[in-house]
Order: sequence, then C-alpha cells, then structure tokens
Amino acid sequence: MSFEVDVAKRIGEAEVRCAFSSGPGLTALFGTSGSGKTSLLNMVAGLLKPDAGHIVVTGETLFGDGADVPPEARRAGYVFQDRRLFPHLSVRANLAYGRRRDAAFSELEETAAFLGICDLLDRRPSTLSGGEAQRVAIGRALLSGPRFLLMDEPLVALDRARADEIMGLIERIRDELRLPILYVSHNPAEVERLATHVVELAR
Amino acid sequence: MTADDWSIVLLSLKVAIVAVLIVLPFAFALAWLLARHRFPGRIFVDAIIHLPLVLPPVVTGWALLLLFGRTGPIGGWLDRWFDVTVMFRWTGAVIAAAVMALPLMVRAIRLSIEAVDIRLEDAARTLGASRARVFRTISLPLAMPGVLAALVLGFARSLGEFGATISFVSNIPGETGTLPIAIYAAMQVPGQEGRVVRLAIVSVMLSLGALIASELMIRRSGRQTHVL
Repeated sequence: MSFEVDVAKRIGEAEVRCAFSSGPGLTALFGTSGSGKTSLLNMVAGLLKPDAGHIVVTGETLFGDGADVPPEARRAGYVFQDRRLFPHLSVRANLAYGRRRDAAFSELEETAAFLGICDLLDRRPSTLSGGEAQRVAIGRALLSGPRFLLMDEPLVALDRARADEIMGLIERIRDELRLPILYVSHNPAEVERLATHVVELAR
Repeated sequence: MTADDWSIVLLSLKVAIVAVLIVLPFAFALAWLLARHRFPGRIFVDAIIHLPLVLPPVVTGWALLLLFGRTGPIGGWLDRWFDVTVMFRWTGAVIAAAVMALPLMVRAIRLSIEAVDIRLEDAARTLGASRARVFRTISLPLAMPGVLAALVLGFARSLGEFGATISFVSNIPGETGTLPIAIYAAMQVPGQEGRVVRLAIVSVMLSLGALIASELMIRRSGRQTHVL
C-alpha cells in the first residue's frame, strides 16, 4: 500500500475524520471546500498533529503507535496550494533549498529542463507568473528527494493551457518516477484524468 | 572642533555602539519570545520591558543606581566576584543607554518577526530543514529589516540618552560626559556657546546620518524580502 491513513482531528468546531488505503499511483482526495483536505495533507506532512490514528506511507509509520516523525524527516515533497516559494531567494536557491544527492532528481539543471524553467533560475519568485511559480514549487519538491508527493490544488488559478501542461507533468511524475502522490482537488475533470484511486471526503 | 569636542563625540559613539550591540541579542530573544510564544506572565514581561519607555528617565537612572551601586544586588555581585564597578564609568553610561534602547529595539524586531510568514517556515521543514536551519535561512533573513531598524533606533536613542545617564553615573568628563550631557553642561557655563553650537551640529549630523543609513538599508533588504 502507498498510503494507509486513518486519522481524526478536531479543528475548532469541525472534526476531520478520514480513513483510506490506496495502492501505487495517484490518490485523489476529492471533496467540497471545508471538508478538511488540506488539513489531511498537513497531517501526512507532519505539520499538523492528529488527535488520534495512524499514518503509514509505503510501509513506514509516520504517525501512530507512539511514532511521530518530524516533518523534516518524513521526506514528503509538498507542493502547496499557495506555492510558498521563499521570497528572499532566487529561483535557483529555492530549487536547491532541500536538495538531496541521492534523489532521483539531484541535478538542478536537469530538473529545471524537465520542468521547462531553465530561463527562470536567476529570477526572484515575485517576478514569476502563476504557472511558472507552480513549476518551480514542483521542482523544489522533486529535488528534495521525496519518498512521496503531496499536491494541494496545484492547478488552481492557472489558465487551461497552463493547467494542461502541469497535468502532463504530473502524469510523467506518476508514471516515470513512480512516486506515490496524494493529490487534493475539487475539480472532477482533473481527478478523472489523473487519479488512480479516488477518496471522497464528506463534510 | 577642539580635541575635547572630539573626545566627547568619540565617547558618545563608543557608548551608543557598545550599548546597541550588547542589547541586540537580548532584544531579539525577547522579541521572539513575545511574538511566537504564549506563556503565563507574558503581559508582565512585556510591561517590564516597556517600562523605561514610559517612566521618567530620571527614575530609571535612580533604579539603576540602586541595582548597580556597590551595595546593590547586581553592583555588589560585580564588585565581589569581578572587582568591577560601573559607577561613574563609561560602562555605566552603556548600561543606562542599553536599558533605554531595549524597548524600542524589542518593538521593532517583534513587528518584523510577527510579519514572517510561518507557512514559509513549514514549507522549509517539509524540505528537510531542521528548526535551526529554518531559523537561520528563512526566519532570520525575513526579519532582517526589523533588526536593521532596531539597530538604528537603538543607536539614535542611545546617542540622545540624557536623564537616566546623568542620574545614574553623573557627568564625568571623559567617562560619562556624552554629547547631550556635555551640551547641557556647556550651556550652564558662560563663554561656552561655541562648544554648544559645535556639538549640536555634530548631533544633528549623526542623527541624520543614522536615519539615512537605515532608510537605505531597509530599502535594499526590502527589495529582497517584502515582495511576494
């Protein structure tokens, strides 16, 4: 199993509860806004602590049974909805921030070519368009040598052509790199095209 | 400018620079504590730090006198263990300037720490960075404009410090006779008008220079940090 998740977390008034197991490929978390999709990704990344339950990814227990692996040791490649590129660093330094030598992608230039962002390396994040920033965010995650990817609405705020391009990229990551991906979306067309498994979250 | 005038200016610069550099790490730690942590007594800590800002400076100086005098709790300890006294010494002027600069510096740094986006720190951790590395590479650089502003504010405040200094360590020429104190002393003596004018002009130039330098530094780092 790629992802085995069974967690509960109270956030203010709302209770996020979710249990699923999924095999290799891309697991889409599908649901209306407010159903706790992002909270669930944060729990898998280690940024939010579940009240109870367990999180196992490709056989390694990240949370539960007394374990709580800190985020920096989980090796999650997290592509945030708001990208979160470091504003004081160049694109190149952003890409290199979490770089690991033993990663499938360890060559910065090679990764930049794969993502089509070679021309952007010396720019600041604030000068990038939405699609460019999204590709840099994906590149930064890939270069950190992730064991799995977490993607939170990576296509939101992109026009159709850009979204199509990024979807092609995600398919290549899924099929060529064979990285398990946990993917949050509320767009049925996107889920239809990319997902190997679909988990629907109820409010 | 006479040799005496110059020594007054150099003493003032020495006191202000040393005070600001000593305060900086404490101000940063306190600002971080107040910006990022909730703990019992937080309001009390905040109030104590800000006390010198609202208290008459003479009272602050008198309190320092009690604390650092030979029989005071800190002064007695320094005297016993290190055979050091700060009374009527330039080091005492540094302490007075430091205490008066602290609240301003904590405020400036705290605002910039509160402006650092915690989501960026989270992102850095998912990329494998330890807490220490996140602090060094993300939090600290993003808070840098506030640190620079704090340095300039603290420096200017220290340079102008008068009330707490004169009541704590008096006016000892060459030791505690900083610019404002020397200007005040010269104003009391007939025939010293020339010195008053000269030292006042130096004061204006130093303060102006500090302001312009800070503006340039903030603009330069602002280009790197304030955009997203």
